[in-house]
Amino acid sequence: MADRKEASIKKIAAIKTMRKLMAGHFYELDRAVKEGYPKIAWCTSVGPAELLRAMGFLVYFPENHGAMLGATRMATETIPAANAIGYSPDICSYLTSDIGAFVQGRTPLSDAYEGIESIPKPDVLVYNTNQCRDVQDWFAWYGHHWSRPVIGVESYRNVGEVTDVHVAGIAGQLKALVPTLESITGEKLDMDRLREAVRLSRECSDLWKAVLETAAAKPAPLTFFDSTIHMAPAVVMRGTQAAIDYYNELLPELNTRVAEGVAAVEGERQRLYWEGMPVWGRLRDLATQFLELGTAVVASTYANSWIFTALDEQEPFESMARAYTELFIVRSDPYKEAYIEEMIDTFSVDGIIFHEAKTCPNNTNCLHGMHLRLHERLGVPSIIIPGDLSDLRCYSDEQARTQIEAFVEQLDGQSRRQAMATPA
Amino acid sequence: MAERWFVGVDIGASVTKAVLLDETGNVRARACRNSGADFLAAAQDCLQRVAAGVDSVPEQLERIVATGYGRGSVQQALSRVTEITCHARGCYESFPQAITIVDIGGQDNKVIAVTAEGDRHNFKMNRKCAAGTGAFLEEIAGRLDTPLAGLSELADRATGHVELGSFCTVFAKTELLRLIAQGTPVPEIAKAAFRSVVKRIVEMDPLAGQVVMTGGVVAHHRIVVDLVSDAIGREVLVPDHAQYTGAYGAALIAREA
Repeated sequence: MADRKEASIKKIAAIKTMRKLMAGHFYELDRAVKEGYPKIAWCTSVGPAELLRAMGFLVYFPENHGAMLGATRMATETIPAANAIGYSPDICSYLTSDIGAFVQGRTPLSDAYEGIESIPKPDVLVYNTNQCRDVQDWFAWYGHHWSRPVIGVESYRNVGEVTDVHVAGIAGQLKALVPTLESITGEKLDMDRLREAVRLSRECSDLWKAVLETAAAKPAPLTFFDSTIHMAPAVVMRGTQAAIDYYNELLPELNTRVAEGVAAVEGERQRLYWEGMPVWGRLRDLATQFLELGTAVVASTYANSWIFTALDEQEPFESMARAYTELFIVRSDPYKEAYIEEMIDTFSVDGIIFHEAKTCPNNTNCLHGMHLRLHERLGVPSIIIPGDLSDLRCYSDEQARTQIEAFVEQLDGQSRRQAMATPA
Repeated sequence: MAERWFVGVDIGASVTKAVLLDETGNVRARACRNSGADFLAAAQDCLQRVAAGVDSVPEQLERIVATGYGRGSVQQALSRVTEITCHARGCYESFPQAITIVDIGGQDNKVIAVTAEGDRHNFKMNRKCAAGTGAFLEEIAGRLDTPLAGLSELADRATGHVELGSFCTVFAKTELLRLIAQGTPVPEIAKAAFRSVVKRIVEMDPLAGQVVMTGGVVAHHRIVVDLVSDAIGREVLVPDHAQYTGAYGAALIAREA
């Protein structure tokens, strides 16, 4: 049975640095809009950020804005505005909340950062459909609205082994973006700058990976809920020294926690894996519930999605192509299942939570029986929480709360039985 | 020395139930009432009534386990346990074997798998949708202008086979309008509503092995048990006082704590 304890989330000290970094990021973009320089490129989360930085663009990530709309729960008020102009409530709620917010003339950036009145107007919008087709539609709306070019990369899907054919295909598409980007900046691509951006991006990725891997320790020094916050520099600043500096501050703090046995969740009893998108509007509630249940969500596919170990400055285009194609979201189910199996092993996971995000089928992996196959093969129990990344109309607080609590009760029961069956 | 009592209180979305056990595990009192808008008041009232059943007062009820949607409201509870665990415990006490439990509640349905040793090893809940729950039947009864309690009696008089095809309560009500407009006899429509509940249940799980049904809907509308039995082609077991199974399980857990 799950007795609740008074619990509070342990703050990670580096958060202060991160807040300053994020403020700097958004003020820099805002200043660029007001001064007309540097040029601004919008980029999807795993779009060619390295290329854009190398060409002198400031890079803005609308999916990060979507997450902010979700986390502030402003999305609940802005999604209906997008629905009203004809966007289905069943498509990506990042898209609908973002376009709805624009239609309403709102942004959570204004609440967080004094003086910022709007999202930064782009000079070019660059997508990669490795996330989904929705990002292309999303950018197309703004491209049409502002008469700005929308260019991008159409990714492969259901990829098993990443082959040279995949790499050549994506690298070719990346190179094809260059002339348009050069016409906007008025400057030729400098390959040395691209190599440097790729090098910085790889270093950021390696540090972020090391941060996440600290949670393999028992007890885990950070949880999935912490990682959804601390991933921000890896998402919006990859390819910059600032992101590297941040993780060089965060990583030692977590290593110290590990050395001192400091747990993110006091009395950690169960360790879970989160598969799928976060429920942005309920991060704190969920973090608190798991804390009260003595259960640490130690790893996730989502936070791991900003690890790009294939990046190699010696082969910038090809390694970007490989890194973007090695992404979990575009891989085949057998690959994904093997990946999750490795995570279960590495992080000593007792159970899996599949978040079935109503408006994000691409990032929902329990729709075609993966949870059943993993249970059959590994014996790891799982539950499916119906919900959404940003549209809280699709999420039932009470049902989710009961399901999670019942799942932990089930795991606690199994732990007790195993303890009784183990000879003293 | 005063006798010790063990109490389970199940504050459900529609109805709050309490069961009081003595030290040997015998049920000595039961009480229920609508949960209404004040979960705490509903729980206190039920606790008062079960305490009165053994000439006691609520303050003497030291070991209380709370369950159900409103479980967080009962501050004096020894612990709070989900209704999923409590239904599993209560059903297994009545049927100590491997069972698949179907609990049809006011707001949600659950399918719970219990091993022959009494271990709960899996569960499923319905989605964020009232289709197939007690709330759906309340809606239909209202639309047919029939008291909910009389809905199954009406359905028992049906002789034909009318079905509601929709997945959703709102669309099902639209279908209902069509049936009314077509002059379909009310008993046929009532039975179609129960069939619809059963369809939602069998969509949730293959219902393997021995099926046990619990919950208020089952307690008051045995037709649902018969229809599930027809659907799976096997006998379905129902514990005594099926509406109280969650509270009973909670009381058993209180006794074992």
